[in-house]
Amino acid sequence: MFINRRAFLGTTAALTATLASPTITRAQSRPHVVVVGGGAGGATAARYIARDGAGAVDVTLVEPQRIYHTCFFGNLYIGGFYDYDDLGHGYGALASDYAINVVHDWATGVDREAQTVTLAGGATLPYDRLVLSPGIDFVEESVPGWSVAHQGRMPHAYKGGTQVELLRAQIAAMPEGGTYAMVAPPNPYRCPPGPYERISMVAHYLRENNPTAKILIADPKESYSKQGLFEDGWERHYPGMITRIGPDMGGNAIEVDPEAMTLTIDGVVENVDVCNVIPGQRAGQIAFAAGITDGNWAPVSAYDMSSRIDPNIHVLGDSAAQGAMPKSGFSANSQAKVAANAILAALTDARAFPARYANTCWSLIDTEDGVKVGATYEASDEGIVSVDSFISQVDEDAETRAATYRESLDWYEAITTDMFV
Amino acid sequence: MRAVRSGLAALALAAFAAAPPPAQAEGDPARGETLFRPCAACHMIGEDAVHRVGPHLNGLIGRAIGLAAGYEFSETLAAAGAEGALWSEATLDRFLAGPREYFPGTRMVFRGIRSDDDRAHLIAYIAQTGGVAEAQTAGQGTAPDPEVASIVALEGDVAYGAYLSSECTACHSASGGEDIPAIRGLAPSVFVTGIVAYRNGTREHQVMNTVTRRLGDEEIAALAAYFASAE
Repeated sequence: MFINRRAFLGTTAALTATLASPTITRAQSRPHVVVVGGGAGGATAARYIARDGAGAVDVTLVEPQRIYHTCFFGNLYIGGFYDYDDLGHGYGALASDYAINVVHDWATGVDREAQTVTLAGGATLPYDRLVLSPGIDFVEESVPGWSVAHQGRMPHAYKGGTQVELLRAQIAAMPEGGTYAMVAPPNPYRCPPGPYERISMVAHYLRENNPTAKILIADPKESYSKQGLFEDGWERHYPGMITRIGPDMGGNAIEVDPEAMTLTIDGVVENVDVCNVIPGQRAGQIAFAAGITDGNWAPVSAYDMSSRIDPNIHVLGDSAAQGAMPKSGFSANSQAKVAANAILAALTDARAFPARYANTCWSLIDTEDGVKVGATYEASDEGIVSVDSFISQVDEDAETRAATYRESLDWYEAITTDMFV
Repeated sequence: MRAVRSGLAALALAAFAAAPPPAQAEGDPARGETLFRPCAACHMIGEDAVHRVGPHLNGLIGRAIGLAAGYEFSETLAAAGAEGALWSEATLDRFLAGPREYFPGTRMVFRGIRSDDDRAHLIAYIAQTGGVAEAQTAGQGTAPDPEVASIVALEGDVAYGAYLSSECTACHSASGGEDIPAIRGLAPSVFVTGIVAYRNGTREHQVMNTVTRRLGDEEIAALAAYFASAE
């Protein structure tokens, strides 16, 4: 696409040869960028650096999964609005059309002194610039009684893929009139409207398939994203089905028992059929291994998404503490473009342009009832700050809501193309 | 009326000053006549031409896009014309190269003509046989927006536009969707009129109003130059 076939074949042959040796040596003169994590941040960054670098930079993308299932739109799959297979995306085009060296392995360590990344398979990748976009991991003991070992019985379904399939299967297997419970996460977490879009999609599924079933939410937060829009929608579409227990009623004092399938809220034990535990979150493990975290997240400069602890490392998306942007796939994709421009400007003679960011989060409440929230952002010394914003209105007409939903379908196609094609 | 006409002409000229020169060979109207045969299934041109499945093409060059009296155009074309965009040899060339890419939402069922030469022949035939627009069809009294004209007259920084465009491509794919159109390859006059309408709020869309409100004239010109050049 942006390089000719011969150049691409040559590059691949060279990389294959070096991959055979335990240590991948730095290409003679071309600077090397290693990107860890092939999601909305990492795949976009790798693609933009390779594309705009036009062969001047070697790009290696480290991602354990061969097929990446987006976390965004996972709720639409749960509701029956999107096919599971359509959430999956491969890395073939990034390898073949952009000559990105795609390595399916886990990054386990970063030696910031030597500027190398260690992989679980034993290889060591040298870098001039490192991009970490590992998404989220969970805070241990955030939900009493739950650990990752219990995710088979009480799924989080808050990373794309298998967990989302599991949650949908559990909901489908609920007994008639049964209870789906969600333990909602504390701030900050990935995709602020995500848990509540999920509630909407579970409610949609249950209304169609198990209409006497109940939904119970234990929520440690007093308020949440698009709350007015969701509550209005739940009242209109799913009256009497959804109960949310906020912190005033003990939603922040809970415990789960995965063996007994119980959720205890402020001492009151509830028997539940599905328990969707979305724990507290922190940066992906590799950010901790690299030693660039402060608390649960990796602080970055708003000007180029570079780590405030090591400017040769850029952190994108959920793992970054950047200021005002929500943790979302859209945000990660936006941040990746700023980082890609800054990295190319640092490593090649490309021009550097000022950082600018944007985000929109669409949520589906029921069939053709879509809402959105979004903002534009810019850099400041303190962090990313909002310039301007918008949100759907409660009194919008049906056509506006339907158009918002249809627009989200086009956005999904566009952003996944922007990441993978 | 006279002032309006000269204003539109200035807009049309300015619109393509910023774009890279389109690959336009010297067209041969005789060869164009042969190439026009499949077009004639829907479009009439020359003496006594009237609207059929498609609008007649008399006076097409210089005519406001989507505004020939008595024909109901797709919203996309009508909106472009209402905002002052004209058919010129350059816009026609881009449109014929890929109608659906250039005007997503056009009702014209035609894949486009790849060959630069063939498009030039066809345009030469249309210009010769159909003549140029008469005053009354051009813009139907719609004066060009001076704000649009001043932005179109700026020389856009293509590299900056490429960077800025990455904000657009999160939602606008190259092929376009059902509701979010493709914007690659849009003529600068069409692109700028659209963006300015969103920035002013005369065209309403929450996302587009928000993202355009922070665009300065230089940035719009940069984006227009980039998208016009993008394949």
